Amino acid sequence: MRAKIMDRAATIVLTLIAVLIIGILVGLLGFILTQGWHKLNLDFLTSPPDIVKAGGGIGPQLFNSLYLLVLTMVIALPLGIGAGIYMAEYAPDNKFTQFIRMSIEVLSSLPSIVVGLFGLLVFVNMTGWGYTLFSGALALTVFNLPLLVRVTEDAIRNVPRSQKEASLALGITKWRTIVSVILPAALPGILTGTILASGRVFGEAAALLFTAGMSSPNLDFSQFSLSGPTSPLNPFRPAETLAVHIWKVNSEGLAPDARDVADGAAAVLIIAVLLFNLSARWFGAWIYKKMTSGAN
Amino acid sequence: MTHRTDTQSQSGIARKMLSSNKRQWTENMTGKLVATFCAGLLIVVVLSITYFIASKGLSTFFVNGISITEFLSQIKWDPEGEPAVYGVFPFILGSFLVTTLAALIAAPLGIGAAIFMIELYPNFGKKVLKPVIELLVGIPSVVYGYVGLTLLVPFIREQFDVLGFSLLAGGLVLALMILPTITSVAADAISAVPQDLRNASLALGATRWQTIWNVVLHSSLPGCLTAIVLGMARAFGEALAVQMVIGNTTKLPGSLLDPISTLTSGITLNMGNTVQGTPYNNALWSMALLLLLMSFVFIMILRIIGRKGLVNK
Repeated sequence: MRAKIMDRAATIVLTLIAVLIIGILVGLLGFILTQGWHKLNLDFLTSPPDIVKAGGGIGPQLFNSLYLLVLTMVIALPLGIGAGIYMAEYAPDNKFTQFIRMSIEVLSSLPSIVVGLFGLLVFVNMTGWGYTLFSGALALTVFNLPLLVRVTEDAIRNVPRSQKEASLALGITKWRTIVSVILPAALPGILTGTILASGRVFGEAAALLFTAGMSSPNLDFSQFSLSGPTSPLNPFRPAETLAVHIWKVNSEGLAPDARDVADGAAAVLIIAVLLFNLSARWFGAWIYKKMTSGAN
Repeated sequence: MTHRTDTQSQSGIARKMLSSNKRQWTENMTGKLVATFCAGLLIVVVLSITYFIASKGLSTFFVNGISITEFLSQIKWDPEGEPAVYGVFPFILGSFLVTTLAALIAAPLGIGAAIFMIELYPNFGKKVLKPVIELLVGIPSVVYGYVGLTLLVPFIREQFDVLGFSLLAGGLVLALMILPTITSVAADAISAVPQDLRNASLALGATRWQTIWNVVLHSSLPGCLTAIVLGMARAFGEALAVQMVIGNTTKLPGSLLDPISTLTSGITLNMGNTVQGTPYNNALWSMALLLLLMSFVFIMILRIIGRKGLVNK
């Protein structure tokens, strides 16, 4: 009888835990979205921030976050896919491969602030660039590379062996096989992982404090040169992202509506991350249906 | 005549088919080289991170002549005083305290949720709880910090009549952040337990809970430990969310409700305000080196657990 009572009690406790976790997520999202809802208008999303007065927006920060995401992915994706190909297709069972595995493990468990400090030392000070978008993108590349390598490796390993063998049997070289048979088949997995990694890049702040910097010049959105100091597209200018802005407004904001701005920015950040997550999920399901023709 | 040209052209084709195609060969090798280069880059990055952080971090001791034991054990942090005192013990203690507190809160919840998800209601777990956990992973750390700052800190302030910025607030925010990590890794470990073991236990007349407690948890123990250590590693290195809610004083805490500092919060707050190359700045790099070393320690613990797990099977 005691065992039965314990069994019931445990079931109840475990169910309560599950309910608690779901409640936390719903509460968290609800809180952030309701707090920031009133700020979500075009003016707030496009106007520049105001340091001392109320009424500032997050336009440049939002743009910086998106631009940084693009820059990071342009650098990180080829490297990540290349290394993933190596790990899945070439990597012989030797010390070099073990060392790479170890490196991936170390990189993925490094605190992001340490990656940021490494960026400060190498990409900011040693190169002499100062705080720039490009330094930030390189730091985030270091931060995201292990994830992308793992995603690519898993995706490639999940491609059926027969496809690869068929291609090799036709006399096609290994590299051609990888590029034109294996990679296309692994693409859905890689893309889903990339979208999730993008969400991480978008929300990252600690690695950017000392690489992309905590300020943004007055951007002139009518300029499109790659080198002007106020040109939005210039990768060699300091750039404060949305996540960094939330932190800065809270720790040293002077504007009377700092709390309001942070509310709005947090809501935008959460919506963006939700979009990344849901689109990865939706995209994954859609491509799975398409590839396995499960729908028809 | 025609017969001869036929054999000639045939042997030409044969030669072409048997000899390697130079263009393809080059392409093949270039591809392999590029992939190897990308993979090798990972090693270069790890080595250079270790080298650069270590060379900056060690200069506190070798250039500025501060003794390592004093640096680690002094409880006074006064880098701008005369004479300056660099004792990082309060930061180290703070980091360990919040990490432990977060693990104590998150481990039972996370493993409980994993059991719920795999053993009790697999359908509901897969359709609802798993996506919920994945969304929680995706929420940026500054947002966790911000919610802690606007909800948790005022709540603690009103409940206990204290400042609010505290060890407790830091531990709770971190617990929430590492909960998804612990849940998903523990869930993988639990679902890897062979169904035969469960069936055997149930066939002996054990209740579901007895089976979970004695059989499933027992055989997934290495995996669950891995989950907790991974969570702790994440908590130890988290910077901004913690910094926003713990109050950042370098006094040793007397209770859960006292404000503290961690290694990460000390670095984030002061790195921007100090001049490169000064002893103060170098001391911050030494703190970064400590963080780096701790993440190596966590990896070693994970490897040891992993090896133990293999031996048990």
